[in-house]
Amino acid sequence: MAKRKTQRLYFILLGGLAVATGVALVLTAFEDSIVFFYSPTEISQQTLSPGQRIRIGGLVETGSVNAEGETTTFSVTDTAESLNIVYRGILPDLFREGQGIVAEGYMLASGVFQASDVLAKHDETYMPPEVADAIKAAGEWRGDEPQQEATSNSTMASP
Amino acid sequence: MNPEIGHYALALALPVALVQAFVPLFGAARRDAALMAVAGPAALLQMLLIGTAFAALTQAFIASDFSVINVYQNSHTAKPLLYKISGVWGNHEGSLLLWVLILAVFGAAVAAFGGALPDRLKARALAVQGMIGTGFLAFILFTSNPFLRVNPTPAQGLGLNPLLQDPGLAIHPPMLYLGYVGFSMAFSFAVAALLEGRVDAAWARWVRPWTLAAWSFLTVGIGLGSWWAYYELGWGGWWFWDPVENASFIPWLTGTALLHSLIVVEKREALKSWTILLAIVTFSLSLLGTFLVRSGILTSVHAFASDPTRGVFVLALLAIAVGGSLTLYAIRAPKLEPGGLFSPISRESGLLINNLFLATAAATVLLGTLYPLIADALELGNLSVGAPYFNTVFIPLMVPLVLLMGIGPMMAWKRSDLAGVLARLKGALFGVGLVFALALSLSGIDAIDIAGSAGIALAAWLFFASFTEWAGRVRLFKLSPANLWKRVKALPRASHGMTIAHMGMAVLIVGVSGSSAWKQENILTMGAGETITVAGFDVTFHGAETIRGPNYESVQGTFSATRGDGKAVTLKPERRIYDQPAQQTTEAAIHTAFWADLYVVLGDGPADTGRYVVRAYFEPFVPFLWYGILMMGLGGLVSLSDRRHRIGAPLRAASIVELAKG
Repeated sequence: MAKRKTQRLYFILLGGLAVATGVALVLTAFEDSIVFFYSPTEISQQTLSPGQRIRIGGLVETGSVNAEGETTTFSVTDTAESLNIVYRGILPDLFREGQGIVAEGYMLASGVFQASDVLAKHDETYMPPEVADAIKAAGEWRGDEPQQEATSNSTMASP
Repeated sequence: MNPEIGHYALALALPVALVQAFVPLFGAARRDAALMAVAGPAALLQMLLIGTAFAALTQAFIASDFSVINVYQNSHTAKPLLYKISGVWGNHEGSLLLWVLILAVFGAAVAAFGGALPDRLKARALAVQGMIGTGFLAFILFTSNPFLRVNPTPAQGLGLNPLLQDPGLAIHPPMLYLGYVGFSMAFSFAVAALLEGRVDAAWARWVRPWTLAAWSFLTVGIGLGSWWAYYELGWGGWWFWDPVENASFIPWLTGTALLHSLIVVEKREALKSWTILLAIVTFSLSLLGTFLVRSGILTSVHAFASDPTRGVFVLALLAIAVGGSLTLYAIRAPKLEPGGLFSPISRESGLLINNLFLATAAATVLLGTLYPLIADALELGNLSVGAPYFNTVFIPLMVPLVLLMGIGPMMAWKRSDLAGVLARLKGALFGVGLVFALALSLSGIDAIDIAGSAGIALAAWLFFASFTEWAGRVRLFKLSPANLWKRVKALPRASHGMTIAHMGMAVLIVGVSGSSAWKQENILTMGAGETITVAGFDVTFHGAETIRGPNYESVQGTFSATRGDGKAVTLKPERRIYDQPAQQTTEAAIHTAFWADLYVVLGDGPADTGRYVVRAYFEPFVPFLWYGILMMGLGGLVSLSDRRHRIGAPLRAASIVELAKG
């Protein structure tokens, strides 16, 4: 039977080990699984290493949506700049022109964004906060008070 | 019933909760029996009042009384009855009312059935429940009143989000809340014990049933949410590490730790202050979970309510609850009597290591969930933390935990013999080797096959080891059938419950590993008569037609699937457009063949061509997830039915424990 002091030492040792393991795991994981968000303007201003996973967002430009088989190409805009996106798969239920969307993927060498996921809110009045910020940053935001972002019953879903 | 009656009852519940919060506390400090006795009737009255309010709101939803703003915003006359009722908690205000109703029901249960509890502990625990109730009632009445009227009365409601119109999701929030609020009982008892300055085996026996019930409900609640996401969102996955999923999963992790550390307190009176801390943390995380989801701070699937003015109130409530209880803990915990001693190789030690793994996992998941908020606040950029982070941190923590789960239950209290335990597990180890070899031979030797097979071998380890432990306790293979049955009946229900829950976890791990490793998908734009193949299935499209549902119009595709020369099965995925609100949903068609699902989604096609984008998934082992979760929930219930866990029987329990040991 251990003495009380030995036992306390054992507790401290185990606790320290747990904290160290947690920190080590978090640091390794953070290195390559944090995904940054960029607006089309930000993308036009900086070079990203090809293949780096990022999120982009904006309004789907009217007349830009083009479907060929299961591959869809479209462009999003923050009203200042726009970005071409290519996506293979079923688009979310509320994807349409003029809608604010967020896409995750990476830049191709051609300057086209290859999306692996497209997210849209299941609510036509919804504007993803990142997109709203991006449009505000581009200086074109008109009207809608912030409450608009979270009308009741919005749901984010991807195909 | 009239909404004003509900409103009035809710307003009355607030002063009653205040009385329940402070009079018994004062009485307990002054050892005044009359003041302490106020707690019981106050708790019962509070349940009656909040029950009335909830009934009134439900009535307004059923009757489609659109003069109530909440009903107008979340209901519609054409909605089926089930969803009119589930609409009550399908919104911010109503869900909070449900939360506080469950809180009141639990408080009333303590008042009514807690006769064997010491008076002061009971009075203090009910007082803490009263404080929680006060905070929530004030929040509802001042910022989120479900009974507000609108004038003139609209002729029709706006309807409920179609994604929420689903039987699985109708009962998902109540299950989650039963879990969250159940942990409030552990919290109240923990704070009461700190005030009392005393934590002992009896205390653990009172808290365990509440924790066990809360854990079982939360397990099933999370499972239901995952199941819903799987079949309703139509993207073929079952867990996304979405902030809202994490919000319920983090308290589950610490709650699981609490469940196990309570056993150590009950059996050995060790780890006392750690257990108290876990009880506080688990409920605090439940509160955080409730508010993260409800406040819409996190951009996420279920954030269907947001109002910055509520944020301040929420933060204040959290600060008082968490700050207050942790301050009390810091002052009182060092004064608790030190617990029993044990060696590093012992059951206590095994449970402690289990707790450390679970707590570390909870902390890393919490960090990943909140990091985007922290980064946003510190202007580190707009970022998101995705599934890769969670998989990288979570899996390495869970693998050793599951290995330990096989050994832990066989270790003796105080000091154990690891070599002896491992010797008894030789058979199990042999079985694991067989399963691993079988899985590899059936799948292949690519990295992903090895990973999947290793996951299944891990599950086999847990399953066989749990079985070995159970077989050893009932002396399977050593007794005649009649004696064996006696032995099985004599074994405490809690032991059976543990075996079922641990085996359920094993089944769940099969589902997680198998579906992660061997899921297959294919996507194709199809017209009638064309075929898409996935995992050896030929899925032929026979065309789509428009059908009319109760409150939606749907394009329904017909597919038939065969594998080899097997029998064809018919799949009918849909794309629905609801009338009100006019939203589109995807209804995947899922064919389950015991161990695997075939999952077909109908997408949009190029306009007016009769062609559709179709996605087909082969989802091996996904049904195991649901079987595993059901087994875990069942294990919790079986354990709960143990006579030692009945609220009224704490005093007799000691002698039963002695019997069971003998």
